[in-house]
Amino acid sequence: MNLPDLPALSIAELQPLLRQREVSPREVLEALHARIAEVEPRIDAYLSLDLDEALERAESADVSLPLGGVPIAIKDIISVAGQPCTCASNILRNYRALYDATVIEKLRAAGAIPFGKTNMDEFAMGASTENSSVKPTRNPWDFSRVPGGSSGGSAAAVAADAAFGALGTDTGGSIRQPAALSGVVGLKPSYGRVSRFGLVAFASSLDQAGPLTKTVGDAALIMNAIAGSDPRDSTCLNEPVPDYAASLEKDLRGIRLGLPREYLIDGIDPQVRSAIEQAVMQLRSLGAEILDVSLPHTEYAIASYYLIASAEASANLARFDGVRYGHRAENPQNLLDHYGRTREEGFGPEVKRRIILGTYVLSSGYYEAYYARAQKVRTLIRRDFAEAFAKVDAVISPTSPAPAFSLGEKSADPLQMYLADIFTNAANLAGICGISLPCGFAQMENGTRLPVGLQLLGQAFDEGRILRIAHAYEQSTEWHKERPPLARGKRPASSVQL
Amino acid sequence: MSEIAELDVAHVAKLARLNLTEEETKLFQSQLGRVLEYAEKLRELDTSEVQSAAHAVPVTNVFREDEPRGWLTADEALSNAPRQANGLFLVPKVLE
Repeated sequence: MNLPDLPALSIAELQPLLRQREVSPREVLEALHARIAEVEPRIDAYLSLDLDEALERAESADVSLPLGGVPIAIKDIISVAGQPCTCASNILRNYRALYDATVIEKLRAAGAIPFGKTNMDEFAMGASTENSSVKPTRNPWDFSRVPGGSSGGSAAAVAADAAFGALGTDTGGSIRQPAALSGVVGLKPSYGRVSRFGLVAFASSLDQAGPLTKTVGDAALIMNAIAGSDPRDSTCLNEPVPDYAASLEKDLRGIRLGLPREYLIDGIDPQVRSAIEQAVMQLRSLGAEILDVSLPHTEYAIASYYLIASAEASANLARFDGVRYGHRAENPQNLLDHYGRTREEGFGPEVKRRIILGTYVLSSGYYEAYYARAQKVRTLIRRDFAEAFAKVDAVISPTSPAPAFSLGEKSADPLQMYLADIFTNAANLAGICGISLPCGFAQMENGTRLPVGLQLLGQAFDEGRILRIAHAYEQSTEWHKERPPLARGKRPASSVQL
Repeated sequence: MSEIAELDVAHVAKLARLNLTEEETKLFQSQLGRVLEYAEKLRELDTSEVQSAAHAVPVTNVFREDEPRGWLTADEALSNAPRQANGLFLVPKVLE
């Protein structure tokens, strides 16, 4: 019997092989490990691997479970008991998580096997994964370019077949934007859909964990496992979890999609624009009705987002004081010197900038002018979406205004980096869900092709609908089968022939 | 604009218990000055009648039973400490 190239399979393609005992979870993990060893020197997607523990769990994996025996990569901001959880920061360089995050408990309960932690922008602050204190991750489609961020390690690993699927976190676009730039699927659940317990907090009113996968169907499978209420996170709502995977359909008749006029700005790369226009035509041909909608406060989202996210970050990162865990400066003169130098040595430049910005906008005299105003603008942005969703089922846009940029291109100018989030920030402010999926390529002059992502935004707790729309689009195109040059040819078609 | 000019990175760094080098202070002063200038956009909007949104989802009073549950042992809780002894976190002397 000829086994297929296992790491190239989607989760849905792998499952029948595991269930019919064509392959064992151990063989799957070993094949994946070989693949990681092959591509990792090129892309640097992982910060740590623990294959010994994963192999042990693989031996006893119950393949009848929804994700039985499927290895899943985990962004290094999510606690996996006994594993490092560094957030790609020097301040947590030697830290090991003592317990599983709820999303990890839920993944394990569904049979999945966490086996490695992926690279990221330090504390999830960034859009390129260049802010990792360890190393930048490289885009599998072009090693001179960024994979996006902050969940860039998760996105690059999935794109390079070095993970079957991964978890990331999205505070302002950190799942969707790297998914778009790396050519994979990324879902940001609605605020309150997935527990935040065991995630290292960045901005607590915005953070959500979600899947990065090769297909929309795989994202639905992971959502089935991780969604749902959690008594340890009171912001995680007690709403029923539908079977996302079972409700995927190929027909879009009766679906109304909104094209926000504010999103078709001049700054969009012409090839991104053209890919989105083609995708809109494709969605229409599947039966969807396309309507114009308006999100009039779009241009205020980035400013509002960065003030709120930085304010919350400055408070959350106050816990890194060098006392109970993490880095501690040597030989302090006094307590203030202990704090000041511990944090100076432990945090990288972008984290320091955001602590300063956040502390400033919360400080006496400036709170009203910046933070309070940003919170009011947040209300206006939420209203925009509420009005749009009264007319349409989902809102369509590019995920990112441009394809992957070059390493170093934006790192000197934080504001330029912040503007990379222009289409993604608003969803976090409004608490709604969003998905990015491949919808074409931008052809570069040097002959490389860079993936373009289509974003669908849905109402809060309406993940089922955007997954359904995304699945129908995906299955009517070939984009999800395209592989980066370092992979060996196209991914096999949906049913595996043995 | 006047308030942007008031961003004093060195002072805010003290409030944040975060030492910065002189170069970082200068660099952040100009970079964050530009970010705050960009944030001035928000002043274009009349928000006098708008309620602020502290949360993305309107949810209040989530209760659970107040019951003891198993959690980390003292040894586990100390396992990531930079310095520890006798079941305690060791910290620099703070009182003379």
